[in-house]
Amino acid sequence: MSKHEHITTAQLDEIRARKHDLIAIRRAVHEQAEKIAEHTKYRKQVLVCGGTGCTSSHSMKVIEQLETSLKENHIDDVIIVKTGCFGLCALGPIMIVYPEGAFYAQMTPEHAKTVVEQHLVKGGHIVKELLYQGTVHEDGSIIPFGETPFYKKQMRIALRNCGLIAAEDIEEAIAAGDYAALEKVLTSMTPDDVINEMLASGLRGRGGAGFPTGRKWAFAKASQGDIKYVCCNADEGDPGAFMDRSVLEGDPHCVLEAMTIAGYAIGAHQGYIYVRAEYPVAVQRLRIAIDQAHEYGLLGKDILGLGFDFDIEIRLGAGAFVCGEETALMTSIEGHRGEPRPRPPFPAVKGLFGKPTILNNVETWANVNPIILKGAKWFSSIGTETSPGTKVFALGGKITNVGLVEVPMGTTLREIVEEIGGGIPGGKKFKAAQTGGPSGGCIPAECIDTPIDYDSLLAIGSMMGSGGMIILDEDTCMVDIAKFYLEFTADESCGKCTPCRIGTKRLLQLLTKITEGKGEPEDLDKIEELAAHMKQSSLCALGQSAPNPVLSTLRYFRKEYEEHILEKRCAAGVCKALMTYYVIPEKCKGCTLCARNCPVKAISGSVKQPHVIDTAKCVKCGLCMANCKFGAIVRK
Amino acid sequence: MENCEACGTPEQAEKLKAVIEESKSTPGCLMHILQEAQGIYGFLPMSVQKTIAEGLGISLSEVYGVVTFYSQFSLKPKGKHRISVCLGTACYVKGSDKILSEIEKELGISCGECTEDGLFSIDSCRCVGACGLAPVMMIGDEVYGKLTPESVKGILDKYRKEENA
Repeated sequence: MSKHEHITTAQLDEIRARKHDLIAIRRAVHEQAEKIAEHTKYRKQVLVCGGTGCTSSHSMKVIEQLETSLKENHIDDVIIVKTGCFGLCALGPIMIVYPEGAFYAQMTPEHAKTVVEQHLVKGGHIVKELLYQGTVHEDGSIIPFGETPFYKKQMRIALRNCGLIAAEDIEEAIAAGDYAALEKVLTSMTPDDVINEMLASGLRGRGGAGFPTGRKWAFAKASQGDIKYVCCNADEGDPGAFMDRSVLEGDPHCVLEAMTIAGYAIGAHQGYIYVRAEYPVAVQRLRIAIDQAHEYGLLGKDILGLGFDFDIEIRLGAGAFVCGEETALMTSIEGHRGEPRPRPPFPAVKGLFGKPTILNNVETWANVNPIILKGAKWFSSIGTETSPGTKVFALGGKITNVGLVEVPMGTTLREIVEEIGGGIPGGKKFKAAQTGGPSGGCIPAECIDTPIDYDSLLAIGSMMGSGGMIILDEDTCMVDIAKFYLEFTADESCGKCTPCRIGTKRLLQLLTKITEGKGEPEDLDKIEELAAHMKQSSLCALGQSAPNPVLSTLRYFRKEYEEHILEKRCAAGVCKALMTYYVIPEKCKGCTLCARNCPVKAISGSVKQPHVIDTAKCVKCGLCMANCKFGAIVRK
Repeated sequence: MENCEACGTPEQAEKLKAVIEESKSTPGCLMHILQEAQGIYGFLPMSVQKTIAEGLGISLSEVYGVVTFYSQFSLKPKGKHRISVCLGTACYVKGSDKILSEIEKELGISCGECTEDGLFSIDSCRCVGACGLAPVMMIGDEVYGKLTPESVKGILDKYRKEENA
């Protein structure tokens, strides 16, 4: 198709019809797969995850080996599809074979060869020992992966196409439903219809603050001006959060489509996607998607021949957390230091280049297509009354099933941790979940039955944030975690306003003092007073929310702070300055191994006699304890 | 602010000039040009920043202000193999701080520095998004996951051997 030729809505239908069976087989794997399989020339489809998690564990080598082995075995009726994230990153690289839906995990090139030779050949059978063992029943029968605890409670709206379609193929995206909402909007809805639908859906911004998306759009539409902008925040800066990246890697077209719809609704013709440069795969997929959308006439002038113009440019971030804040992000797109501006004026009135602008984050955009197609009523029936829909979480830390999960709002933390997440590894105890990254807080074990939605999380002193969820176990020191986040915000504070620049620094000093065993009881009062000032007087959300990790840990784990200060003790054994190593004389055999390994010669004793550690010399490296074969060295 | 010896080759200067010419009419192009320039030179020495300021007709202080604001821009040269240890939360709770100190010990430099032979430089980063493999580090474009302090030396030796081969 040439660059200037537009496809029509009829051609969209043609693409959908042509690719329908391929996608339907994957979707309907548990229902009528065999029946549909007869209509496609491919006997089997092999979907391999090409997201960052799996490519980091070398899924591309798996694909290469599959191609080689298929050729060697003269198999030409099997198609390999490189998709986005399947979600279960802990077990990557993952590959799924359809129509059976066989879920292979932790693949290596050797495994790929085995699967080709035993499963993908004509008359082959599933290689059970290479499957994700959660899908193999005790009696040897295979459980569909959708029925496993990890997937069962999930509901995929934003991630609907991630792991389902070839991420770099616009035709598969179209066949899976992308651009159908744009078609509907341009052919049968007025801009006001679109905004009313968004308002009625109750969708709230998924970037963290939870502002109603429809209202944002309505404000921007009401603003006067012939030039307006639509922006996408893909500067996912919370460490441990990778929801937006997964959407961009798995279904980039859903973002382009949604931005175009918003452009139509508010009267904008130019969009910008501000994406982290640390996401090379996502940037690459976006570039490919934008090129393909141009080629198919789904971006650019006269989209679908229906008279609406819209274009999108990518802008790369350069590593500044504050650029996730909306005004800072726009300043950065303008090419300046990414410092926030005071609001009002709000971006809907005066945003990018001084023009009315709307900014939504990737996951918010990913919800637009289903809302337009299935209706606001359907969407608002999911989740809770004040937080309709679903939320994607990046589950990480001390949890078995590290990965990406999407659940209806109102799902409890317990369901996420114990059922979907598969619990804490190593038989350890759940201590807390950290949500909202450096702006959020900790949910302690006693609140594990809290339903996860915007308002419940605020009520217990945390926040939804963009969706990072880090699980902490009994080995985590809460004072140390609070300090970790303060180090982050102190480092990332842009320095424009004093409460944030100096406040984060001073808070960090107080926390460092406590973890070094020099804390005094009045430090806790100082922390609370300083935190209150920062929340009130910082210019942007970075400074206003920076004290949250400290305040929420102080609220639920005050005892730990007090132990650090009054008893000079870190129960989790994390804060080095508060630890002492010593030898239990009854257990020590006098083998001298510890003394030989000690880097500072702090251990003395004769052969076959109990040794002693000189605590004044000890640097608390832990080498002696790691080396002792008799468990004679302990840390207190 | 130390002055930079006219770093780089005529080819690099030519490339930079082309990038400036091509982008200078786009609003907000400074970041893009700096990213390209860093791609060409590996870092952003003062002479390169001066060239960009002159090319865009803006002050050097404005360019320098942007360069020092964003953590990805570097005023110092980096090693041939750039080590980037993830200190994101998921990696941190799995002990990435210990990985970083092991690398620092092994190479005898601190985070943010470059070894004398120019072979390695160490930086920390916030989440490469491979949380399933935590703790992770990147060397160049290669991701190393599920690290232990003991595994670090073997990985670095691989690069050292390549160099000596």
